[in-house]
Amino acid sequence: MAAKTEKAAKGRKVLIPLVAVALGFLLGSIVVLLTGKNPLLMFNAIIQGLTGINIATGGFNPRHIGELVIQAMPIILTGLCVGFAFRTGLFNIGAEGQLMMGSLAATAVALTVKAPTFVHVPLILVAGMGAGALWGAIPGYLKSRFNVHEVVVTIMLNYTALHFNNWTILNVFTSVDRVKTAEFPTTALLKDPWLADLTNGSRLNWGFVPVILAVIAFWFILEKTTFGYGLRAVGFNKDGAKYAGMKVDRNVVLSMVIAGAFAGLAGAIITTGTFSFGRTLSSAEGYGFDGIAVALVGMTQAPGILLAGLLFGVLKSAGPLMQSAGIPREIGGIIQASIVMFVAMKLGIERILDLAKGKRAAKAALAATADGVGEVGV
Amino acid sequence: MSFSLILEMFPIALMFAAPLVMAALGGLFSERSGVVNIALEGIMMVGAFAGASVTVVLEPLTPLAPWIGLLAGVVAGMLFSLLHAFASINLKADQVISGTALNILAGGMTVYLCQILFHQQRTRAFSSGLRKITVPLLEKIPVIGPILFKEIYPTFYVAMALVMLTWFVVFKTPFGLRLRSCGEHPQAAASMGINVYAIRYAGVIISGALAGLAGATMVLTQDIQYTVTSVHGAGFIALASLVFGKWSPWGVLGAGLFFGFAQILAYYAKDITFLAALPQEMFYILPYVLTIIALMVFAGKTVGPKAAGEIYDQGKR
Repeated sequence: MAAKTEKAAKGRKVLIPLVAVALGFLLGSIVVLLTGKNPLLMFNAIIQGLTGINIATGGFNPRHIGELVIQAMPIILTGLCVGFAFRTGLFNIGAEGQLMMGSLAATAVALTVKAPTFVHVPLILVAGMGAGALWGAIPGYLKSRFNVHEVVVTIMLNYTALHFNNWTILNVFTSVDRVKTAEFPTTALLKDPWLADLTNGSRLNWGFVPVILAVIAFWFILEKTTFGYGLRAVGFNKDGAKYAGMKVDRNVVLSMVIAGAFAGLAGAIITTGTFSFGRTLSSAEGYGFDGIAVALVGMTQAPGILLAGLLFGVLKSAGPLMQSAGIPREIGGIIQASIVMFVAMKLGIERILDLAKGKRAAKAALAATADGVGEVGV
Repeated sequence: MSFSLILEMFPIALMFAAPLVMAALGGLFSERSGVVNIALEGIMMVGAFAGASVTVVLEPLTPLAPWIGLLAGVVAGMLFSLLHAFASINLKADQVISGTALNILAGGMTVYLCQILFHQQRTRAFSSGLRKITVPLLEKIPVIGPILFKEIYPTFYVAMALVMLTWFVVFKTPFGLRLRSCGEHPQAAASMGINVYAIRYAGVIISGALAGLAGATMVLTQDIQYTVTSVHGAGFIALASLVFGKWSPWGVLGAGLFFGFAQILAYYAKDITFLAALPQEMFYILPYVLTIIALMVFAGKTVGPKAAGEIYDQGKR
């Protein structure tokens, strides 16, 4: 019986984000309806963003798929970043700042190092990961050394990174127009005309290769190594892990370092894939918050994060399509926020699921208590 | 640094400080009741949107439009914060996650509504927001007069009044005692017959009202319309002020003023000899770095509400 309930619990764990996604789209449709627009146009845009096929006209344009991948890549990585820290019991709101530092390091290596592509590009990606890791190490260290809550520290570090990035771009890389640096040499870029042609002129680039490797690394480290087991143990029960002789403080720092590396990689990919120059930023771009959404909806599991990243990626990439159908593209953000809210309200969803099961569940529960009196409290 | 420069800087610094103080006081009510509120930024955005929209619409009808706009910000903030209260109190949601959802929602919702109402990514521009006032008689006081009572936005006085009111309510009334007890040890509070749910609801809704007011203040004193970047991180500086001010109203006032000046110094540093060499960005970074340092200094001491962020579970001892 224990195995059965465990299976049911696991099934429910998968069910909650699915219900949350469904409710999010339902709420989004209601908002669209209430504001006098047609929700079907929204769904058509989303399907077109996902498959490239326009159901209404029957046309096919692979560019939409390329743009979906472009939007999904960074938020899958920030999702891995937030998710990895989550598994060690840390709430990393700092993916945004870690990403900016990664992007800055990538800019530095792209502009200063001269090397052939097969050296230059990996060097840039590693530099991005290193800078992100370093930026993630700060809240990790402060948490383990001073027991300072990582949420406040990471929020503060996001804005510190933003202004540090701007200062560096303006003063060290002497931006001429105060917006961007000089163009990177072509050896630094992830762009490839072949990929662009394949997807009818989208911005698709080789960035998806390190993203896939990152998803695999996330899964491998957490599920298949002793080190990952130690990290998860800290996440489950810090005191228990300490009692079992695990180095909790060290694990906290290392978890933030690895998490930061994922976000830093995202920064490097955006800078040398989507763009080809370093940029000043007037405000945060929301990759960090997107990462939180992706990690939560993906249940902090590698496959879940990949799927959730694609889901929120399509909400972004379908934005222009919605806009041209007369629906404000911000509906994507509303749907995303509602999904996060519904995941957070999982207790409410559980109640709804219980209600939905109705009499059948009530009967089963009655039967369970009848033959399980002895098991109460197990 | 000449005296006239200080005179010039003061009103602008106070203009920046007022919304920071208001929103941080909002955070104080929420966190003192035991609910962490990182959604201050999002609530400010909603308040700013409501304030700007109402002002734009009522402007042709009444000169009081900006004041009604402020009120609209308060109401919008309260309604929006209800979501946070419902999720984190009734449904025992993780308060940081719920706050994150509100922050994402605010950006999407306000711009969506702008597109529906004004057919653009921002509200229409209002012709004038709040007007600066000069307090008669008091402006004649030497030194203090010109810097505190001449050409100042009235919202600064509102913020000052709110600091005193918050101090009184939180530390001198039975409600304040209950509020603080729910933030320190909700189970103990419940054992004394306090309705923890009701008190926490009150804490979160008051925080929504104050953050909404802060957002409306910000847009009506520093902007000409609401855009998605109108609030640009002020909610997080307010959060920093709350931490830096050690969760006390006077501390929040001090931190808010200090951070207000830090923002202003970024613009004025080039005119001040011994600061001119420093990069502008350094002043922007100041509030955030100081907050991290403050957290390290406070480390190990009990400064914040003990049960803030903790889900209230009646069964727990």
